[in-house]
Amino acid sequence: MKYVKECAVILGITLVGEWLNMLLPLPVPAGVYGLFLMLILFCTGALKLEQVEATGNFLLDIMPVMFVPAAAGLMDSFEQLRPVLAPLIIICVISTLAVMAVTGKTADLMIERGERHGKEKRYKGRKGGKKKS
Amino acid sequence: MSLVKESLYFGVVVSLLAYWAGLWLKQKLGWAVLNPILVAVALVIAALKLLRVDYPGYYEGAKYISYLLTPATVCLAIPLYRQLKLLLQNLAAVALAITAGVIASALSIFVLCLAFRMEHVYYATLLPKSITTAIGMGVSEEAGGIVTITVVCIIITGIFGNIIGERMFLLLRLKSPISRGLALGTSAHAVGTAKALELGEIEGAMSSLSVAVAGLMTVVVVPLVSGWI
Repeated sequence: MKYVKECAVILGITLVGEWLNMLLPLPVPAGVYGLFLMLILFCTGALKLEQVEATGNFLLDIMPVMFVPAAAGLMDSFEQLRPVLAPLIIICVISTLAVMAVTGKTADLMIERGERHGKEKRYKGRKGGKKKS
Repeated sequence: MSLVKESLYFGVVVSLLAYWAGLWLKQKLGWAVLNPILVAVALVIAALKLLRVDYPGYYEGAKYISYLLTPATVCLAIPLYRQLKLLLQNLAAVALAITAGVIASALSIFVLCLAFRMEHVYYATLLPKSITTAIGMGVSEEAGGIVTITVVCIIITGIFGNIIGERMFLLLRLKSPISRGLALGTSAHAVGTAKALELGEIEGAMSSLSVAVAGLMTVVVVPLVSGWI
């Protein structure tokens, strides 16, 4: 029974996400609508984690396998790609590294600054409290 | 061979076994290049060539694995909700980091396309490479790119990000699991998120959020820069 209910809730939210994708003229995929919808349901208390957790964790666990069928489609587009394959791969690789570095470093610096501010506030009035380890 | 070609479960089983083999190989040898997704793709292609099954024949069954991707994306709300407090505490950092990443993606592709003298059609094809396929296909079409090649670029980017993530984090000395999650999700979308979920729940939650937010931001940013080349 537990899995029946969990599947019904998750697929129900997915279906509403799909409908939103069909009805609204925005380039938002069904999964992203569904993600925010489920998040809203959690936040309002209409849905509890325990009501979707077992099936949800199962789906997240097997998620990497779900990319395999689409990726294997490379074998069909290989001929079309051959002339531009090298530059495309190089551009994807360098750009991915750049995005990773910029995003990660920005977040790290901001979080570090935030923590320092928090400490300053906490130590206000205390001598030498600003010192950072 | 009709035992293979006409079976609906062949594609599913081959994909699962190939991924299982990928996991096993990684555990045995521990090389980062032996990314289970990459190994699985290689094994599936090899198996299809060997058994002389064409891709549409394989996909007829394997599409039921892909079918689960949308509900799985919805379930990314679960780790995200568990880490919601942490997210709200670091809202400014999260918002700024994803924005910076989306801009870095567009600018790096612009500069690299100039360097390689790529035509507009490939520039437009590459611009959505860091976002999830479902959004990226629409963005590519809108900007005048080749959708099928965009899908290939998105997959290459995702698998590369999944492979290189941990190594890059050491190199960059990223301290916070929040930063690691944001970096994976913004650069390598859902495939990067699969890695982030392996690293930890905070990483997984932040990466999930990045996939949604970076995807939507890219929809806004690409039309602004797609005319540059």
